[in-house]
Amino acid sequence: MTAMTATTQMTQTAKLQVNDVWKTFTPKKGQAVDALQDLSLTVNANEFVSLVGPSGCGKSTLLMMAAGLEPISEGRILIDGREIDGPGPDRGMVFQSYTLFPWLTVEDNIRFALKKSGLGRTQQDELVTDHIRLVGLEGFERSHPNQLSGGMRQRVAIARALVYRPEMLLMDEPFGALDAQTRMLMQELLLQVWQAERTTVLFVTHDVEEAILLSDRIYVMTARPGRIKAEIAIDLPRPRSLLETESDVRFAELRRQVLTLIREEARRAMR
Amino acid sequence: MTTTPRRPRTRLFELRGDIPRRVYAGAGVAFIALFLAAWLLLTELQVVSPIFLPPLRAVGEELIIQAQEGILWQDVGASVYRITVGWLLATALALPIGILMGNFRFFEGLFEPFVDLVRYMPAVAFVPLTILWLGVGDTQKFAIIFIGTFFQEVLMIMDNVKNVPRDMIQVSYTFGMSKWEILWHVVLRAALPGIWDTFRITIGWAWTYLVVAELVAANVGLGYRIMRAQRFLETDKIILGILVIGVLGLLTDYFFKATYNRLFPWMQETR
Repeated sequence: MTAMTATTQMTQTAKLQVNDVWKTFTPKKGQAVDALQDLSLTVNANEFVSLVGPSGCGKSTLLMMAAGLEPISEGRILIDGREIDGPGPDRGMVFQSYTLFPWLTVEDNIRFALKKSGLGRTQQDELVTDHIRLVGLEGFERSHPNQLSGGMRQRVAIARALVYRPEMLLMDEPFGALDAQTRMLMQELLLQVWQAERTTVLFVTHDVEEAILLSDRIYVMTARPGRIKAEIAIDLPRPRSLLETESDVRFAELRRQVLTLIREEARRAMR
Repeated sequence: MTTTPRRPRTRLFELRGDIPRRVYAGAGVAFIALFLAAWLLLTELQVVSPIFLPPLRAVGEELIIQAQEGILWQDVGASVYRITVGWLLATALALPIGILMGNFRFFEGLFEPFVDLVRYMPAVAFVPLTILWLGVGDTQKFAIIFIGTFFQEVLMIMDNVKNVPRDMIQVSYTFGMSKWEILWHVVLRAALPGIWDTFRITIGWAWTYLVVAELVAANVGLGYRIMRAQRFLETDKIILGILVIGVLGLLTDYFFKATYNRLFPWMQETR
């Protein structure tokens, strides 16, 4: 396992680097609180990395900082070696809440993300069609978000975040609001999409099984103030599928390992 | 042993239960009919003196007389004109200011204390002042309708803008859009249905301020007609004026509801 991690790091280049990052909130009344303390992590190119941890550990805050939507108190976040400066089309984002534009159809929602791409109409049409097919929404091009189920809406959101070919994808509990069955189908879909596209992904979730199924590596965070508690390489073979992978003995071992770490932190947070 | 299939029975009084459309619409018509019947009964049997409540017949006759003499059309014309101009002035100012207040904390801080102060001041109390400032012409009527609606409308539009989900704005930043582009293409677009509803509600208030506006120094208009009839205890004229205002108010409300459905069909499918 250690050997494998070493080779990964040698052959792959860092896409996203979080270097000694702090996040301090200063409430109107009272003392400043550290949400994140001296946190560092790396996501390599074409790697799927998950961030798990007890609720309130600051994992979503970190993701928002990487997206450039939340100021960094101290430290640096680099993408391809350049320090980030606000949000940009190099990082696609998928939120837990529905962020589709209700007045636009499915295809126009996806096309909206190409507004600043400078591409011609025909190229845009091609990309939109490709991405609708990628998330399996053929036949719903002209539907409005309100006519779609929760899972379908998140598929549109994923297509929309991928269509402008960002350097990487930041996903903040994208399936958190879905019911168990839809969630399972969405995990399978994301697995397929990722195996086809190999986009670099930083994925925040509180679902340990989801993280193991999808990821190459997992960072486990401590309870607030959030730091990295452990880094676990997921040495399950690819291509994976939900049924095959989750019945693997190794899956159960990893699950136990990650859950133990999170439980420790969750207990600490409760005290 | 045979089981008779039980016919599904519509219950009228289930908590939030649905009822047939026929029943729903019929009940509304029946209630108005009942109201008129009670009126007819009370007046025709001379239970109440015509000075307190004129017979329905008298109001009808008054309507025919005023329509034939042209007084009604003059009054309606003058009042609709005052309301339209007064409300348009209020809206023309409330729209940009409300949008600024909803988007930029600076403008919220700048305007809100003042708006909050003025909106608790009774519009009626401004009648003598507006006459002093603006004379007795239509401008003074516009001013009263403006004072009555603007200060509420501006806050409602601010809220409409603030109700646009934050994530919707943030995801737009990740497409590489500038804040002005987001303001135009996302925030305003998303706030529009709410703003349209604010229009519907505030124009309703404009109707209620009409009588106040035509209270003094008017010689035509529905409100003026009511105030004049008061002097001679012509209750039939008073009631006719009130009914006409009611019907016109209903029509404007219907206009905004109908255009809402035409303009924002994607809002209807919600639920």
